[in-house]
Amino acid sequence: MVIEKMAMAGTLESSDAQVTVEPADSLTLHIESSVLNQYGRQIKATVEEVLARLDVTSGRVTVVDKGALDCTLRARVECAVFRSCDASMVNVPWGGVIQ
Amino acid sequence: MINAVGRDIPDYLLVDGKEVYQGRFAKDGQVLKRDAPTCVMNEKPVADKLCESIREACERCGAHDGMTISFHHAFRNGDYTASMVCRVLVEEMGIKDLRVAATSLGDAHNLLADYIEQGIIVQVQASGVRGRIGDAISHGKLKEPAIIRSHGGRPRAMMAGELHIDIAFLAAASSDKVGNASGNGGKNNCGSMGYAMPDSRYADKVVVITDTLAPFPNVPASVKCEDVDCVVVVDEIGDPKRIGTKEARVTQDPRDLMMAERAADVIAATPWFVDGFSYQTGAGGPSLAVTRFLEERMDAKEIKMGVAFGGITGNMCDLQDRGYVRKIVDTQDFDTKAIAHLHDCPDHVEMTVSDYANPASKGAYVNYLDYMILAALEVDVNFNVNVITGSDGVVRGAPGGHPDTAAGSKCCIIVTPLVRGRMPTVCKEVTTVTTPGECIDVVVTDYGTAVNPARQDIIDCLDAAGIPHVSIEYLQEKAYSIVGEPDPLKWEDKVVAIVEARDGTILDVIRQIKPYTFE
Repeated sequence: MVIEKMAMAGTLESSDAQVTVEPADSLTLHIESSVLNQYGRQIKATVEEVLARLDVTSGRVTVVDKGALDCTLRARVECAVFRSCDASMVNVPWGGVIQ
Repeated sequence: MINAVGRDIPDYLLVDGKEVYQGRFAKDGQVLKRDAPTCVMNEKPVADKLCESIREACERCGAHDGMTISFHHAFRNGDYTASMVCRVLVEEMGIKDLRVAATSLGDAHNLLADYIEQGIIVQVQASGVRGRIGDAISHGKLKEPAIIRSHGGRPRAMMAGELHIDIAFLAAASSDKVGNASGNGGKNNCGSMGYAMPDSRYADKVVVITDTLAPFPNVPASVKCEDVDCVVVVDEIGDPKRIGTKEARVTQDPRDLMMAERAADVIAATPWFVDGFSYQTGAGGPSLAVTRFLEERMDAKEIKMGVAFGGITGNMCDLQDRGYVRKIVDTQDFDTKAIAHLHDCPDHVEMTVSDYANPASKGAYVNYLDYMILAALEVDVNFNVNVITGSDGVVRGAPGGHPDTAAGSKCCIIVTPLVRGRMPTVCKEVTTVTTPGECIDVVVTDYGTAVNPARQDIIDCLDAAGIPHVSIEYLQEKAYSIVGEPDPLKWEDKVVAIVEARDGTILDVIRQIKPYTFE
């Protein structure tokens, strides 16, 4: 999928994460987290895995994590990417990259 | 050297008789001679001890570079006094190399964090460190490691001469002109002055700071004129509304209520739940709720609580007013209701934090405690508890009375959710040991209750009552299955804080945290 415009998903509530994606020439990832020291590596791996699964190869991705579980993180990244290419209201790839 | 909770204590800290922690009763029976403050003869008749300003009091008390000063934290987040005094010492008098030995420090004391960063405050000794001061300490800004002591460990250190205070600055809601001071009777009341009283007896110089000058004599007094050198009247000593961040009320969170009910079931199943039992809870949501569930169990057994002690909330006062609690013995008030209740009710009385928890005494109240309900940031599979360092390794908590009550009580119950956000509460190894696992008897979580295998007697009680329980390892594995296994924190070599056991030995050290990188 291609990030066509800036989009956001999630909140800054405890146990959630706010994910922002913006168009860019290359893929960059910026992560802030309240549990960075203990879970930074796993958060990064989870976000990268979702981006790879969605075939996102460029864009600026910002994650502000407030202690979200992996399932929450995955959902927020997916939703932000879908919103950035108008695939969130209709055309959600159920059964495709979303299993 | 590896201590009794498996922590490696650097040898260079083991000087001047300092030892590593050897077990919770290792020092029982040790003989100790009490350190005494210096005192000056006062024979002449004088009008009063009033000073025009904090500066005048500091000058009269011989404020000097390198001195150790103390404050109490009854006003918690609403305290104005510590910052007010430090500003005078630093900005007006240019005092350097200050050592601050407060009973606790928090968000009200960000000015002190500035002075730590500027190198003016060189050491901190406290039972808790929160807010920016914790950040400054964890990033290695103090010249000497901070010393973290429990509520009982602090008066022990004063008695043993390990902590000698040059000047104690004690905020008091009311005082007369000669220093008979109280936590009530003023415009900003804090209630119990349990933290301040030991300092008034062990500091060389004592300055009472009040915003309400009461007629002489202001009795009954918590801090007595025979211990006070100077009295200063200021505009405001603190804001009682900010003692608690919010009014302590019983939680409506179903998860907290479920845990509280399970803890109450554990209490009702054990042999100390008889008429006259003694009881203390922390002020956290689930801990307070345990008391609510105890009511019906006390009714069923037709028994009353003999005494509630420690930090007191309005909640406990209500329970006393309804006839469930004979005496409340109070070191600290957590809300305005408890403050007023201490003043109004004869069966609700003040005690010093030394009386409450000092192991170097002839028997502190905690030694007679039946049930202690506590919270924890982390508990590990050895039942060791951490209440001081957060998931980023930064100092942001307070052992307070946790190690004292856990060691002294017959049944110490930790009530905590299994995970908080992504942080596992039950883990393989706590970041910092603040309470040794041998003092922790039961851990109640939303995913099950674990009993310390050392307490076969409690296991038998639960089995007899049909209360299910699991192993602590089961809880740890369950937690990691939800949030993932945390990566180990990365530390520099530098020790930024020493966690003293209540007997004065070294329980653990906190090192400077390394900035996080993804590599």
